[in-house]
Amino acid sequence: MTGATWRLIAVEGKLALRDKVAPIWGVACPLVVLVILGSIPALREPITADLTIFDVYVPVLILFNIAILAMTALPTTLAGYRENGVLRRMRTTPVGPVRVLAAQLAANFAIALVAMALFLLVAALGFGVDPPRHPLGFAVAWLLATAALLSIGLLVTALVPSRAAATAIGTLLFFPMMFFAGLWVPIAQMPPLLQDISAYTPLGAGMAAFQDAYLGGFPSWPPLVILVAYAAVCAAVAVRWFRWE
Amino acid sequence: MPPVIEVTSLHKRYGDKVAVDDVSFTVEQGEIFGILGPNGAGKTTTVECVEGLRTPDGGTVSVLGLDPLRDHLELTRRLGVQLQAGSLPESLRVGEALELYGSFYPDPADWRVLLDDLGLPAKATYAALSGGQKQRLSIALALIGNPDIAVLDELTTGLDPQARRDTWALIEGVRARGVTIVLVTHFMEEAERLCDRVALIDAGRVVLIDTPAGLADRAQVEQRMQFRPSRPLDDALLAGLPGVTGVTRRGEFVVVTGDDTVVNAVMAVLARNQITAERLRVEQAGLEAAFVQLTRKDPK
Repeated sequence: MTGATWRLIAVEGKLALRDKVAPIWGVACPLVVLVILGSIPALREPITADLTIFDVYVPVLILFNIAILAMTALPTTLAGYRENGVLRRMRTTPVGPVRVLAAQLAANFAIALVAMALFLLVAALGFGVDPPRHPLGFAVAWLLATAALLSIGLLVTALVPSRAAATAIGTLLFFPMMFFAGLWVPIAQMPPLLQDISAYTPLGAGMAAFQDAYLGGFPSWPPLVILVAYAAVCAAVAVRWFRWE
Repeated sequence: MPPVIEVTSLHKRYGDKVAVDDVSFTVEQGEIFGILGPNGAGKTTTVECVEGLRTPDGGTVSVLGLDPLRDHLELTRRLGVQLQAGSLPESLRVGEALELYGSFYPDPADWRVLLDDLGLPAKATYAALSGGQKQRLSIALALIGNPDIAVLDELTTGLDPQARRDTWALIEGVRARGVTIVLVTHFMEEAERLCDRVALIDAGRVVLIDTPAGLADRAQVEQRMQFRPSRPLDDALLAGLPGVTGVTRRGEFVVVTGDDTVVNAVMAVLARNQITAERLRVEQAGLEAAFVQLTRKDPK
């Protein structure tokens, strides 16, 4: 039976890669942006004592990857499974549909993990960006951000009526979330009100935690607590209200 | 041996709409049991209660001595289901699907053998399969766990006649291996060809349970014979025969309707008058006609 679970995770991972959304939008796209931004000399000038704009963009792009997987790939795939009867078919087997959900989460988590390592590696080897100075703090921040985002993705999946709606709502949430992570305007350069709002959004909190870890400290508690709250509340609501059919 | 499936006074409603009013039947070990009825009769809801996918509002269901809801896990190991609208991820390959689903069961069938038996391409993705191949794959998935019972819903809907015949042959092969089969269908020909017994369901109730031949008999559907007489023939000669209900002309053809004695009676009359029946055609009272007769909204 555990054999079945691993096989399911492996198959879901394979399907996620075949599906193109995860590899192209989730991994290749931010990687290309990383390389382009790294090649612009102006972005390599220090803006603070020891950070360049490019340094700030590395964690933004890591969040970009998680957000694409959790807000686009996951809900679209799972809502599609529900719509096409894949979950229903699973209910007639000894494995059941809950494990398909778990396998999807595990597969996306694994892809995100590989992408994160890849981005850090390319930034370090290609452009001499120092890795986070507090690796444990960074790992905790990444885990909680990934958990929060996957929970939100699961919540979207749980509540939307169709695959089309899942894609639409996931994409609609993606852009403001990425805005507050500082994709277009770095958080430090936002007006105070937007900075305050950002701190309470999942990606804004994730970014704050990443920054702390990059600068050498364990992330401060407020962003971590906010990420845990998103993860716990969204997962609980998703589990309680999940539409199986 | 006790029946493998026992459904007693099953009742299921969706909101105000009664899907299954009162359905009872038993299925014996090793038989092919047909559930037949028009669209919306409650066939699918009935088997969904058997599969443990729906909670009945009344009555009891026992499958292999198990309660489909309480013992759902054990049931899924021993009951294979082919879903009417059951699908797979588009980019999953056939071989991967069978291997994956096989891994869910304690004692699965060899997926490679199943693949060959069903003539499926291992490397093709689900999205690339034809309607017939998808259907066969969904049959394969119903059988991959080596089940004691297979429930097949709308087995050959959407298949061309050749693929339909191939699928029937396949199902007979499965039964030969000792698997009990519940077949949901609205194709009379399919029930006639495959089923040992048939439950005819209409408007959420069992109209009758019988062999396909018995079902046709009970409906007492008229037979129809048509021929071209070799010499002029007085219709009154035929109309007076017992069992004949009508004699009409269609061009040079004579059409006689009546019960199943009319063919012999008419042939005897023709022989006495030295008339031969050219281009004779007799339409048998099939299950199709019986079905229409038995599920007619305003029975006489």
